[in-house]
Amino acid sequence: MKTADRLSLVFGALADPTRREILTRLAQGEATVAELAAPFSMSQPAVSKHLKVLEEAGLVSRTRRATARLSRLEAEPLREVTTWLARYQRFWDESHERLDDLLAALQEKGNDDA
Amino acid sequence: MLKTEITAEPGSTLVTITRDFDAPRDLVFRAYTEPGLLEQWLGPRGLTTVVERYEVRDGGKWRFVQTDSDDGTYAFHGVFHGDPAPEAIVQTFEFEGVPGHVKLDTVTLTEHDGKTRVRTVAAFTCVEDRDAMIAAGMEWGVREGDERLAELLAKLQVG
Repeated sequence: MKTADRLSLVFGALADPTRREILTRLAQGEATVAELAAPFSMSQPAVSKHLKVLEEAGLVSRTRRATARLSRLEAEPLREVTTWLARYQRFWDESHERLDDLLAALQEKGNDDA
Repeated sequence: MLKTEITAEPGSTLVTITRDFDAPRDLVFRAYTEPGLLEQWLGPRGLTTVVERYEVRDGGKWRFVQTDSDDGTYAFHGVFHGDPAPEAIVQTFEFEGVPGHVKLDTVTLTEHDGKTRVRTVAAFTCVEDRDAMIAAGMEWGVREGDERLAELLAKLQVG
């Protein structure tokens, strides 16, 4: 899958507060659907739907241990998004500092020309 | 307002970015609309910006490509709506990496005592698009990838 498509899936998956809470829970360790459903007033099938979205975005993988089906957090797509978004965050601060410098230089040049 | 101020009200599709510059409005307008000047400031240090086209007129297209130190490239494009003026530069904005998530930017420049306040209002098409960017980008995206993921996710819950 292209990076752009993957980013789009990750953005979509992260846009939902329930899914973000599921990821927070999984950051503490693997969990079953029942364990994930417990904090929410939500049925297990509803949680499973959210897990499917997270799985398609590559944020969650599922493994079996004995009879239990466990969900596990996959960090890599988040890092990918984070890296890109961290750039976005820095974008304006640093851009504006550069613009300060440019405007100062342009004004100095303007004064020299006058 | 020496620092860049970013505001995002809950439940809104808008983000506003405000910043004062110690320069007259006409000069700031030039820095925003002349490709040769734009390339000198748009984007963080370490990111090279190449403006491919910048047709500063009603219906004019613009596109620029940014390259980071790892040769990663990020391309953006859009269209100007109305003749850009210091009173308002209105343009659509789309990151080609996530196509279809277009936002509308309105930049207004106001001058007081030789200083210029630049206010950018970015309007996303839905709260989800904006929140994905804000929640992800501005709240926890500030943390670099090496930081512990649990911390990132805890930050996420703040919103």
